[in-house]
Amino acid sequence: MIMDGLLLDIGLRHFLSVSLIVFVLGLYCVLTRKNAIGILLGVELILNSANINYIAFSYFSSGNYDGQVFAIFVIMLAAAEAVIGLAIVLGIYQNFSSIDIEAVDSLQG
Amino acid sequence: MPLEALVFYLLAALTVGSALIVALSHNLVYSAFALLGTFMGVAGLYALLAADFVAVIQVMLYIGGILVLILFAVMLTHRIADVDVSNRTVGRIPAALILGVVGTVMGVCIGAAEWVQHAEPVVEPTTFGIGEAFLGPYILPFELASVVLLVALIGAVVVSRKELRGPMADG
Repeated sequence: MIMDGLLLDIGLRHFLSVSLIVFVLGLYCVLTRKNAIGILLGVELILNSANINYIAFSYFSSGNYDGQVFAIFVIMLAAAEAVIGLAIVLGIYQNFSSIDIEAVDSLQG
Repeated sequence: MPLEALVFYLLAALTVGSALIVALSHNLVYSAFALLGTFMGVAGLYALLAADFVAVIQVMLYIGGILVLILFAVMLTHRIADVDVSNRTVGRIPAALILGVVGTVMGVCIGAAEWVQHAEPVVEPTTFGIGEAFLGPYILPFELASVVLLVALIGAVVVSRKELRGPMADG
């Protein structure tokens, strides 16, 4: 009975769990990828998981619009981050003909 | 099964399944396209949480903007469909260990913490409230955001433009 209620009565914890899984996958992506664009994909996953948390708390806990406003700011900053990140990636590609982050070590001496 | 639970589990499956492909696929093109599923699933979750405006913003900005930009970058860097070079991974076992610990700790926190919850979540159109919040308590961050976007715009142009060499460079 308790299990039934837990599975069918969608609450805050369900959304936090989805957000946790997306966050862990995004972090895995960032930690293991050697491709710069792959790392950017991981960062997008992490930002999305943070946004799920903001919206979930806004709905279940605070009941006002602060969480949604923060989510919109996060989305805006994610757009700016993607633009700058991809511009840098394309610049690296023009100079090194590769976006493998281990190929870009000319500063290592 | 109640409709809300059914919709939630469908959206969660879409989100998590696509995120799995993003994180684990050996081909960068598949990863980039799987991000579409994650963004759509997250937009659906926002709609389920009565955040209609944020859901639409998510579709417009993430899917219409960021995803197209990422796909452009994927297509512009060649040899990308080649499995060996496109999406290699390193250090999978240490990463899995770290994430196992981090995920377990956070999962225990989610389960154990006594979250403050309202008895009755409000469901109403959100655009009016968000507009009031932006032009009231959040007016300063709102204006700063436009500066950030301008800086990002100019920065992207400066970073990605081709440098002029030779006599034209001075004038």
